Amino acid sequence: MDSGLLLQIAFGGLATGAIYALVALGFNVVFKSTDAINFAQGEWVMAGGMVAAWIHQQFAWPLLALVPLAVVCVAVLGLVSERLSVYPLSQPSPMSITLVTIGFAIATKALVMLVLGKHPMSLPSFSGVEPIQIAGASLQPQALWIVGLLLATMAGVHFFFERTLLGRAMKAAAADREAAALVGINVPRTVMWSFVIAAGTGALAGIIITPITLTSFNAGTVLGFKGFSAAMLGGLGNLPGALVGGLLLGLLESFSAAFISSKYKDAVAFIVLLGLLFFRPSGLFGRAHVQKI
Amino acid sequence: MHAQISAATYRGLGILWLLLVALPWVMPNSYWLNLATLWLTNLLLIASLNLLMGYSGQISLAHGAFYGIGAYVSGVLSAKYGVSPWVGLPVALVATGIVAFIVGWPTLRLRGHYLAMATLGFNAIASVLFVELRDWTGGPNGLVNIPPYAIFGLKLDSDRAFYFLALVAVGIAMLLLLNLLDSRTGRALRALSTAEVGAECMGVNVHKYKILVFVVSAMLAALAGCLYAHHNAFISPESFDFMSSTMLVVMVALGGTGHWWGAFIGALIYTVLPELLRSFGDLELLVYGVSLVLVLLFFPRGLGGALDLLRERVLRLWGRLRAGKGAP
Repeated sequence: MDSGLLLQIAFGGLATGAIYALVALGFNVVFKSTDAINFAQGEWVMAGGMVAAWIHQQFAWPLLALVPLAVVCVAVLGLVSERLSVYPLSQPSPMSITLVTIGFAIATKALVMLVLGKHPMSLPSFSGVEPIQIAGASLQPQALWIVGLLLATMAGVHFFFERTLLGRAMKAAAADREAAALVGINVPRTVMWSFVIAAGTGALAGIIITPITLTSFNAGTVLGFKGFSAAMLGGLGNLPGALVGGLLLGLLESFSAAFISSKYKDAVAFIVLLGLLFFRPSGLFGRAHVQKI
Repeated sequence: MHAQISAATYRGLGILWLLLVALPWVMPNSYWLNLATLWLTNLLLIASLNLLMGYSGQISLAHGAFYGIGAYVSGVLSAKYGVSPWVGLPVALVATGIVAFIVGWPTLRLRGHYLAMATLGFNAIASVLFVELRDWTGGPNGLVNIPPYAIFGLKLDSDRAFYFLALVAVGIAMLLLLNLLDSRTGRALRALSTAEVGAECMGVNVHKYKILVFVVSAMLAALAGCLYAHHNAFISPESFDFMSSTMLVVMVALGGTGHWWGAFIGALIYTVLPELLRSFGDLELLVYGVSLVLVLLFFPRGLGGALDLLRERVLRLWGRLRAGKGAP
């Protein structure tokens, strides 16, 4: 097998993996602040792509205006969902929050279908479709955008959690709810922001993949599924883990599609995942959680 | 949560089943009868998942896959190899039990969301296999010509005959569940759902009981799968995918996690709502999503818990009225 082809497979894997990583990031942020699995993550990814494609179709705005607008729309959707359903819970627990997110995931999917329609929609590539040739492999320019935006988002999120007051308050609340509340941090507010960040980054993932794969109202489940797997692979709640887990899952899929069978690529990815779960349950980078009783 | 099993629960189940036996004469319409049959299989699925979610406090996202393994093992054996469905049934149950044991053993030792993660991955693998093992399963188009159950050469393929078969099978399974919860094992389960560490300290082997619950619930789902396959005569992969597993979790939560009668309500919603909303078509999903959020917000213990509250209130009001009347 020549190196050009290998490189080609690796590029494909990295581009898909970058999307998974962005989706995984959202899972991790919500998991950190609530210990719940946010089932709506995939639907927000889909909603991002759909809203952007719809704005493009209706108003033909330039990408520079359309992308931020779609991200903000979905972030607001995340905020409203959290305020209407997670915030008023009388006995919030990881289980009840997870169940509530299933509820608004289904509602989000239904709303997108009812408002924006059932047809698959598309966006133009951000900078043309002329493939770039690198060492015998041809690369779609959109893939570069995806990887670049992933890295920029990761850096931005890292900066947010390490350097800004709100980010550090969120970290504190995630580490110890009661202690954070005692020093004056509004813990429910940090939960709200985690949903906003998850929705926004998810929407971005949905927008940048739409030029390659198209999108439709039922695309969210699969993306959420893969993003969640990526988050598990890197260790739930671990932000850098999302990056590595996503890229790894993407590579795993593209190589197993190339060398084993494209039909079984999902199965191969999940078997590796189950194996990891059995032998290293806290993910590749998660630290084992030792609990004293 | 932690429904108390009492003599009244047994009585309630008995009365319900007596009423159900009379159903074919009250509602001879085959549409209603088929709906009742569907309700029975859904009840089995939801009650078994409820057992797991209520008593181990963990979400399984592979209930659809276990349902599917039951359906496919029994279906393929009978449709492709001519094995009697009566032989296929125990084979399917045992096979599903073994698979559940393999998935549950490593993950149930860990606290947290590990079961949800493992079962999510497992359902994905099962879905791929249902589609790709074409020679056996018929691929994405599904498996056709699954023969019905038969007794002494008499085929149980009429709506009424199958209804009674389902009534007997699900009745036995529900009684078994009730007995399980009412036994030493049930008390251990209740202890572990309220205070896992406390239970462990009192000598309850938490891991063993969690595995037991997981395997039993998977096998009951497989039983539902067998019934479905041999009634429908046709099965296809999308009935057993991640979405159907999620919907089952939703129905357990709507009925009330860990609430014995909640499963009956959940199954009723799961069976009837799609029929009621058929004329609205696309609104179905939205209604599911919004009603799940509303129920969880206003009745954290599900509709079963809401009914308990209502009953308490009615009883109190009744007591007050009688006291008022008795006073001079």
